[in-house]
Amino acid sequence: MRWHPLEIAFWLCTLLPFAVAPSYLSLASQIAITALFALSLDLILGYAGIVSLGHAAFFGFGAYSAGLLSKHYLGEPLTGLLAAAIAAGVLGYALSHVIVRFRHLALIMLTLGFGLLLHEAANSASALTGGADGLQGIKVGTLFGFKFDLYGRTAYAYSLAVLFLCFLICRRIIHSPFGLALRGIRENATRMPAIGAPSRAHLRKAYTIAAVIAGIAGALLTQTTSTVSLEVLSFGRSADVLVILILGGAGRLYGGIIGAIIYLVARDQFSGINPQYWYFWIGLLLVVVVMFLPNGILGGLARFFPRRA
Amino acid sequence: MLSSLAAVLFDGFAYGMLLFLLSVGLSVTLGMMNFVNLAHCSFAAVGGYATVTLVNRLGWPFLATLPIAFAAAALVSILLERTLYRRLYRSSDLDQCLLTIGIVFISVAAFAWFYTTEQQSARVPEYLKGSVQFLGVNFAVYRLFLIVFGLATTAILVLLLEQTRFGARVRAAVDNQRMARGLGIDVDRAFMITFALGGGLAGLGGALAIEVIGLDPAFALTYLVYVLIVVAVGGLGSIGGSFAAAAVLGISDMAGKYYFPWLGAFLIYLVMVGLLMWRPAGLFGKR
Repeated sequence: MRWHPLEIAFWLCTLLPFAVAPSYLSLASQIAITALFALSLDLILGYAGIVSLGHAAFFGFGAYSAGLLSKHYLGEPLTGLLAAAIAAGVLGYALSHVIVRFRHLALIMLTLGFGLLLHEAANSASALTGGADGLQGIKVGTLFGFKFDLYGRTAYAYSLAVLFLCFLICRRIIHSPFGLALRGIRENATRMPAIGAPSRAHLRKAYTIAAVIAGIAGALLTQTTSTVSLEVLSFGRSADVLVILILGGAGRLYGGIIGAIIYLVARDQFSGINPQYWYFWIGLLLVVVVMFLPNGILGGLARFFPRRA
Repeated sequence: MLSSLAAVLFDGFAYGMLLFLLSVGLSVTLGMMNFVNLAHCSFAAVGGYATVTLVNRLGWPFLATLPIAFAAAALVSILLERTLYRRLYRSSDLDQCLLTIGIVFISVAAFAWFYTTEQQSARVPEYLKGSVQFLGVNFAVYRLFLIVFGLATTAILVLLLEQTRFGARVRAAVDNQRMARGLGIDVDRAFMITFALGGGLAGLGGALAIEVIGLDPAFALTYLVYVLIVVAVGGLGSIGGSFAAAAVLGISDMAGKYYFPWLGAFLIYLVMVGLLMWRPAGLFGKR
C-alpha cells in the first residue's frame, strides 16, 4: 500500500510541537496516547464491527501492569511496555472467546459489564492497586539515557514513536487479506465463513490485537505521568474514546488520531468551564455527528474530495 | 439473623420495585423496535425533577405531583421519539447508542445547570414516613408504599397487555414486527404510545426514587447500568421477566451491601455477566 503525500505530511506535522509549542509537549503526549487508544478501538469497532462500551478495561489493565512492574521490580520503560502488552493481550484473548459469541444488546452489556467488573475489582483490591487513591510510588527509569522530565520532551518523543510503530502495524493489518476479511465480517458475519474466512477466529485475533494496543497505550500513560489512578478503568474513559473515534470517523486509520487531536485540544482550551458543561457540548456533538455526519469528520471531508478510482 | 434476613428481603424487594418501574418501559420498547435507548434514565430524571420543582417551589403535596411526573416524562420521551429516534430505527446499534448517550450527556448537564449538582429532596407526607413493626421487624412505610405501587403497576400493565386490543397489537409487534405490519397493525403508532407509556413509568420511578436513593444530575448515568441489567437479564419485551429480574437484582444488591460491603457493586456485575453468558437473550427472553 503506497503512502499518500498527505499522510507523509501529517506525520511530519506531528514533529512540529517540539519546535513550535514546547510548553504544550505534555498535552501532545496525552494526545498521542489517546490516539493510540482510539486506534485500538478502531480496529475492533471500525473494522471488525464489535461495539464495545468497556474498552478502557484493557487500557487500565496495561496501565496497572506497567505501574506495578515499575513500582516493585524494575522501572525500565520498554520492558514495562512489553509486559503491559502481554498482560493486556492475555486478558483480551481470554475475553475474546466470550465476546465473539454475542451480538446486539448482549454484546454491549457484556463489554460494559467486563469494564465495570475490572473497575470494581481494582477499587476493591486496594492493597495491590491503591484503590481510589491510585497507585503511588512509581519510579520510571531512563529511556536510552533520557529522563522523563517536567517538560515532557522525552515523553512526547516516546509516545509518538510508539504510536507511529503501532500505526504502521495496524496499517499493515488493515491492508492485508486478514483486514479485508474483518471488513467482510463487519458487513455480513454469516456469509464470510462461506467464502473461507472463519468469522469467530478472525474476530478473536482482531480483539486480542486491539487489547494489546490498548494495553500499550495504558502503559504509556503510566510511564509518562508516573501515576495510575482508578480513572484509567472508568466507564468515562471508555465513553470518551468512543466519542473521539466517532468524531474523527470510525473505520479509517486516521479517524482516532484526528478525533484525539480535536477532542483534547478543545478540552485544553475550554478547561476553564465546568466539566459538567463540557459534557453538554460533547453530547450535542454526538447527536449532530450521528444525525448529520455518520462517518465522522474524515468521512465528511472525504465526500468533498472524491477519491480517484 | 432471621430478622435481618427479612429486613434485607423487604428492603431489597422495595428497591427492586423501583428498578422495575424504571426499566419496564425500556424492556418493551427495546423488544418492539430493537432501539437501544440509553437515555431511558434521563426520562426518569425528568420525572424526578418535575416532582422536586412542584413540591419544593410550588408547595404541592407529594402524591399530587406523581401524575405530573408521569406526564412530563411521557411528553419529553414522545418529543424525542418524534424528532430524533424515529430516524434511526434502521441504523446500527452503534449509532443508536451514540445518539442516546449524547442525549444523556446533554440532560445531565442541563439538570446541573438548572438545579445545581446537589442532591435534591422532596418532602413526603407524614403518613408515608416512619415504620410499622411486625413480628419484631421494622418495615418502613414508604417502602411498603413502593411495593404496593410496584405490584399494582405490574397488575395494570399485565392486564393492559394481555386483555386489551392495544396490548394485543403491542405483543404482535414485539413477536414479529414485519408480520404485524402485514396484518395491518399500525406498529409506529403502537410504538409511539408504548414509548410514551414507558417514558412516563420511568418518570414515575424517578419521582418515587427521590426518597430512597436521592436525585442528582448524574442519576441518568448511575442508574442506567442497573436498568440495562434488568432489561438484559429479564429478556426483551417481557414484563414478567423484567419484574423477576428487577426483584432479583434489588434483593441481591441489598444483600451484597449488607453482607459483603467490601465487594461493592462487584457482585451485581458478576451476576449480570454470568447470567448473560448463560442466557444471552435473558431469563425470559425469546430471542
